[in-house]
Amino acid sequence: MTKLRGTGFAAVNYPTGMHLGGDPTQSLVHATTSGNFVVTMSSVDLGQGLKTILAQIAAEALGVPYDTVIVDTGDTDTGPHCTGTFASRTTHRAGNAVIMAAEEARKVMLEVAAEKLEVGVEDLETDGLGNIHVKGVEDKAISVAETAGAAHFELGRTISGRGIYLKPPSPMDPETGESDPDSTQAHACTVAEVEVDTETGDVQVLAIKSAYEVGQQVNPELVKGQIVGGAWMGIGHALQETTAPYYPAIDHAPRDFQTYQMPGAVDMPEVECEVLEIASRNGPFGAKGVGEMVTNSPIPAIVNAINNALGVRITQIPVTPEVVLRALDEKAAGGG
Amino acid sequence: MASGIVSIKVNGRAEEVVTGAVTTLQDVLRNNLDYTSVKDGCSQGGCGACSVIVDGELRLSCLTPVQEVDGSEVVTLEGLNLSNSITALQQKFIEKYAAQCGFCTPGMMVAITALLDRNANPSRDEIAEALAGNICRCTGYLPIIEAVESIVAEMAGIAGD
Repeated sequence: MTKLRGTGFAAVNYPTGMHLGGDPTQSLVHATTSGNFVVTMSSVDLGQGLKTILAQIAAEALGVPYDTVIVDTGDTDTGPHCTGTFASRTTHRAGNAVIMAAEEARKVMLEVAAEKLEVGVEDLETDGLGNIHVKGVEDKAISVAETAGAAHFELGRTISGRGIYLKPPSPMDPETGESDPDSTQAHACTVAEVEVDTETGDVQVLAIKSAYEVGQQVNPELVKGQIVGGAWMGIGHALQETTAPYYPAIDHAPRDFQTYQMPGAVDMPEVECEVLEIASRNGPFGAKGVGEMVTNSPIPAIVNAINNALGVRITQIPVTPEVVLRALDEKAAGGG
Repeated sequence: MASGIVSIKVNGRAEEVVTGAVTTLQDVLRNNLDYTSVKDGCSQGGCGACSVIVDGELRLSCLTPVQEVDGSEVVTLEGLNLSNSITALQQKFIEKYAAQCGFCTPGMMVAITALLDRNANPSRDEIAEALAGNICRCTGYLPIIEAVESIVAEMAGIAGD
């Protein structure tokens, strides 16, 4: 029995969103009577933290505290439209829509505050702590709560805003094949280290080390959560997970968690990552999408590491023990 | 097994449930007694989301006929937090971002509690091994392992003071 080690890397250029024949996300923002802000969306938080970052983005654009923003993504039947949570698109699309809606609501908020303070709108600024004051005059101020109350009950204004981000359709040029498929691109390089047991064909991933360029991070802890989770998913796709192990035949297709194998806690290697921030031109505060890329770059890196360890050229996933042993047999027979 | 009445203590409360011929502990906890932390992930013992503690032992409630635990004491996630505050383990999950979608979280916390009850100072490998029966599809496990390491370090600190 021999255990061989190898190192492989992969670099990817990853699109944020697709045009999909026109890909919009809408947002509605309004102030409650007490000066909280509700951001109404149909965009879905799968646990990646979308509601958190949309509240951050809304708070930043409105100039109000984060904890006064409520993100309501409750009902895709009645909420403003969102195409969905996929294609690493939602931070970009929904974030931009929220900024647009928040800016319109902020404009009304400042108009109401200006009327109450009897000053010009252009003289006002928010402190991000729940107050609006005259620039350079700390004590000539009104709270956001009082402003919202005045809008509702004295002035008959609605502090609200509408936002949409649309990636327009981009039909393919029939001559050149060109189109404009995405909104911005993130980048990655992953290095994987593996150990392959040449008797059993088992592959152990020893380390996943990556650099990810994700534009401006909205929430670094949530970006890290995507990266570590993505590394695990990448290991699963590279080594174990498939619904058709003998594709295109569907023989031996797994039907449950006993036969659909995934890596467990014991299979997780060290995951290291550097995050680089190069702001995108059109993302919310310069953000790009990070969700899918972090699953994709580990996969070819791991397969390359296996090839490096064994001196073979496997080009399929998942690289199950059977695939490893067949590649070794082929190499021994002189075909590798 | 025949249908009948089964008596169990759940999170300190005595309960009597009428059971069918094949009734799982998971079904009773979730559907009769409304302990919704007991998730129904796969119903086959493959995911760990329905983990509970029965007489001090970690059990998959979906594979446990309720008649088999007649007279036993059962603890679900709800029973680990009867004061309805934030427990030390929950606080570590928050600090380490150890939950994303949250579906596996109750089973994880029950499995971790069972681990720490039998081994107050587990190594990283022992922590990972203890979570081998619990699938998490979001976090990549490392934040969960770090949450456990963090609470172990804190408990050791308290014991050492």
